[in-house]
Amino acid sequence: MNRELQKRAPIYEALEKFKAARIVPFDVPGHKRGKGNPELTEFLGEKCLTVDVNSMKPLDNLCHPVSVIREAEELAADAFGAAHAFLMVGGTTSSVQSMVLAACSRGDKIILPRNVHRSVINAIVLNGAVPVYVFPGTNERLGIALGMSVSDVKKAIDENPDAKAVLVNNPTYYGICSDIRAITKLAHDRGMLMLADEAHGTHFYFDRTLPTSAMAAGADMAAVSMHKSGGSLTQSSFLLSGPAINADRLRQIINLTQTTSGSYLLMSSLDISRKNLALSGASIFRQVRELTGYARHEINLIGDYYAYSKEIIDGNAVFDFDETKLSINTASLGLAGIEVYDILRDDYGIQTEFGDLSNILAYVSVGDRDRDIERLISALFDIRRRFRRSDTPPALKQEYISPTVAATPQEAFYADSQQVPLEKTVGQICTEFVMCYPPGIPILAPGERITKEILEYILYAKEKGCFLTGPEDMEINSLNVMKGVRK
Amino acid sequence: MSISYTERHSPGASFSIEISRQLCSEQSRFQKIEIFDSDEFGRFLTLDGYMMLTERDEFIYHEMMVHVPMAVHPNPKNVLIIGGGDGGCVRELCRYPNIERIDLVEIDQRVIELCESFLPSVACSFNDPRLLIHYEDGLRYIRRFENTYDIILVDSTDPFGPGEGLFTREFYGNCHKALKTHGILVNQHESPFYSEDADACRKAHFNIFSAFPICKVYQAHIPTYPSGHWLFGFASKGLDPLADLHADEWEKLKLDTKYYNTRLHRGAFALPTYVNNLLKEAER
Repeated sequence: MNRELQKRAPIYEALEKFKAARIVPFDVPGHKRGKGNPELTEFLGEKCLTVDVNSMKPLDNLCHPVSVIREAEELAADAFGAAHAFLMVGGTTSSVQSMVLAACSRGDKIILPRNVHRSVINAIVLNGAVPVYVFPGTNERLGIALGMSVSDVKKAIDENPDAKAVLVNNPTYYGICSDIRAITKLAHDRGMLMLADEAHGTHFYFDRTLPTSAMAAGADMAAVSMHKSGGSLTQSSFLLSGPAINADRLRQIINLTQTTSGSYLLMSSLDISRKNLALSGASIFRQVRELTGYARHEINLIGDYYAYSKEIIDGNAVFDFDETKLSINTASLGLAGIEVYDILRDDYGIQTEFGDLSNILAYVSVGDRDRDIERLISALFDIRRRFRRSDTPPALKQEYISPTVAATPQEAFYADSQQVPLEKTVGQICTEFVMCYPPGIPILAPGERITKEILEYILYAKEKGCFLTGPEDMEINSLNVMKGVRK
Repeated sequence: MSISYTERHSPGASFSIEISRQLCSEQSRFQKIEIFDSDEFGRFLTLDGYMMLTERDEFIYHEMMVHVPMAVHPNPKNVLIIGGGDGGCVRELCRYPNIERIDLVEIDQRVIELCESFLPSVACSFNDPRLLIHYEDGLRYIRRFENTYDIILVDSTDPFGPGEGLFTREFYGNCHKALKTHGILVNQHESPFYSEDADACRKAHFNIFSAFPICKVYQAHIPTYPSGHWLFGFASKGLDPLADLHADEWEKLKLDTKYYNTRLHRGAFALPTYVNNLLKEAER
């Protein structure tokens, strides 16, 4: 990485120049630097609205970057150690989808763990690829799915030598990493592409003590959520590619689904945040690790809570752990994670990232102040004082249920389907997604058979107040299933 | 020519004191600490531009913080003060011979040091052998105690800035845990008058109300605080501030006070109707 060059932010600089030029706007957007929408300008601020502009010669074009956007992409590639980087404005969802659409097409196999984000399976619905799921290990005590062990990936590759690509979560939402170097080598040895969903791993590129990043491991593509730990605006993201990928072809694939009106607010936020991480990322993430480490230590003193860290590393399904993640298991308290999540918000005014059946995740970043961390810890103390019921552990603990794939996601999603009351769906093949959001990992994906265990999970998650999403029926009282399937 | 210290009490009203000189202005790790001299109010301390105390009227606040719970608790031995780096509450507490131990938890060491230098009439008891000072965040300190204190005095700044964690439910909940069975918590409760203060008051009251079975409010008249009308929260695990008042025993101590007396103690719990309504609203 060239530190001197990283001090530049070409899109930001071009926008500053553009503002100073006082160009008269007879182009879109119609709010004309905010003057046409005073209420919005008052709310978001004039500075913000004046740079909400359209593509034009001095500002380049996201679909076909030749000047400042291209430079920003080159700087990003340099910062992340990639051959090429693409600025993405449709969330990391669009990065993941473009990556999957680029790696495989109709009928191609792709090897992946089942605890992927819905965006991965969305892409498979779009392109008609065939998912080959590798069972992610599970941790009984924590009730979460882990990473893929190298031997399981090897077995899947041996059984499916025609697969086009392997995808890993680096890390999972909870901070768990697979052995991405070894898996990359396995994939490359068999001529398969290596893809990484790094929605939760942006910081790996800037702090050497954290787990290996996808580009450092030699992966071919990685979807990186700059707007999470990277500090850019919500919905902005990077897609990185390695030397074996034809970047111009990848751009064509991105352009299949990407907007032609890329937001300069999002792009400049990527540019400025990249610069910030390149120059100060190491100290930023050291500070985050210190904050998280302190919180973990204090929370583990409370009793009943378990804020886990590197001690769960087993060299296998937990090859490494991302210390910046503050995941807290609540099962011994007798409360579901989602219950603690709700109490924290409703009674203490503290919003955490998510709660599942047994865990909550508090997202810690450089923006957190010491006294906010104290509030979180003290609130957890007080919740234990008020609600502890260790004698009655939660009925269900396990987040992960192995799926039975009966049809490809695309076949199922577009198949003739009918709506069936939830309790009558056992044995049917689901044609839609069901997931708790966040974390957005499907309980059911299109093409999967509904089992009694899955039904119980859905009912339990509903009862505990999880925010279930996916099905056509917003109340989740019924599911769409394939017509004419015998139980 | 005159130079004034001015504090906004509401978006449309300010309060000014003519000052004769500034004695100190220092940005500590936590806040801006300033001390001024004035003819009308004597020396006074501000934090981040907000009035904390003046020599002229601090007795009202400190007497009401300390003597109200002390006259109710039958036998207080261990007292905790959260905040209170000026030493006013310590001074009042040290007048009781029965108290065995006072813990003062102040996040900002510089407040204590500067008050010792410039406000000797308030910060006069820091050398009492019963006192132990902890330089720590109150929210953090309180977590580790269970069934330890007879009285907790929350002598905080405002619900923004370094003191904001002291107006939260997690703080009062952990105080509940740290108090003994007959424990009492007294909290500076903000003012009910200007709407921003009233919101803070409502919120603090709701949070205390959620943590304690008994939660009463009393008032005092403090000229240099916004609107001059100030509230205090009295929360306990069982003791009632009026039914359990030991007036005769307190009189026997023959403490010389300027504001507090046991008749005023009873009267201070009789609140204006609009304040009663505000509190009722908060309890809903």
